[in-house]
Amino acid sequence: MTPIRKKRLLLIVLMVAGVSVAVGFALKAFNENLMFFFSVTDVAKGKAPAVKDFRLGGMVVNGSVKREDGSLAVMFDLTDNAEVITVYYDGILPDLFREGQGIISKGKMRADGVFEADEVLAKHDENYMPPEVAESMKPKKP
Amino acid sequence: MMKFIYMMASPPHFYRLAGKWLPWLSGITLLLLAAGLYGGLIYAPTDYQQGESYRIIFIHVPAAWMSLFIYIAMAIAGAIGLIWRIKLAETVAVCSAPIGAGFTLLALITGSMWGKPMWGAWWVWDARLTSELLLLFLYLGVMSLYSAIPDKRVASRAVALLALVGVVNIPIIHYSVEWWNTLHQGPTVTKFDKPSIDVRMLIPLMVMAVAFKVYYVWALFLRVRVELLERERNTQWVKELLKMNKG
Repeated sequence: MTPIRKKRLLLIVLMVAGVSVAVGFALKAFNENLMFFFSVTDVAKGKAPAVKDFRLGGMVVNGSVKREDGSLAVMFDLTDNAEVITVYYDGILPDLFREGQGIISKGKMRADGVFEADEVLAKHDENYMPPEVAESMKPKKP
Repeated sequence: MMKFIYMMASPPHFYRLAGKWLPWLSGITLLLLAAGLYGGLIYAPTDYQQGESYRIIFIHVPAAWMSLFIYIAMAIAGAIGLIWRIKLAETVAVCSAPIGAGFTLLALITGSMWGKPMWGAWWVWDARLTSELLLLFLYLGVMSLYSAIPDKRVASRAVALLALVGVVNIPIIHYSVEWWNTLHQGPTVTKFDKPSIDVRMLIPLMVMAVAFKVYYVWALFLRVRVELLERERNTQWVKELLKMNKG
């Protein structure tokens, strides 16, 4: 390689490295803002805003979904296998909403510790398999 | 060795060689697309949770991979053009941008169509979706910067610099689902672990991925040939080519 090409290569490497470092620091500084939702543990630790709206993500606890008769209102528990928060939601749930499924709800905490959501989104996982395989992977009932 | 590379990269040589490859590339693309679509839409079983709607992954996922792959290819070609001033590399970088932008748009649109029934929202501002949208703007920026500068060789250098600065976005897109909480799910295939997808779904997905790659080469060759003719319109080889075509 001729000296001028070496210099150009070095300049390019330096530029890409410099930009990476700068962006890395910026992302680190904005880390909290880049989180799309707070986990249940985050909320229990008081990291979530108390008065503003925020998003809460977690798994719907099996057997915790309670529907009100004659309305769309629904109550269910969200967990991240450490803490549990009860969520109240009055609206249409997405197709993938079911017990044991990850969901993200947007809303705010009520004074009584219940999270009142005005939007519920389903977070599907990265697993793709046919129903019969999913069936065979379930723990067998004795 | 370097001599061979320079010869391969000379515009008249590449123009002829690419012309010979074009019918093969188009044939392979169509064959693979047909096989992949048959595999994805008919052969692959339905998903245990998402039913038939998951089949959009056979377009969405390869398109998203291509949006990253083409960007990296464009940045590398741009760097080669900057360092060695090889005309062909400059042309490859410039001609990659519209193809990459197309794949990015396709990934965004199919993802949105998938998001509405599955998540319950067309669009959310999570890290994955936002960084992919930024990628689309980077491609559009490269395209408009190139067309804004009349001198094509100066324009190529400016474009290569922009592309190289934007490279930092690529790892961010890829790792966004691991670094931050996102609504978008984590990686299924591109991780250091067994892919968490049934093999009968994985095979059509891979066929589609290869089909999109070959399509990229095909579309790139078509574009590069035209761009070379335009850039070299005052040279001897283009004039001879024109004379030959006139008969």
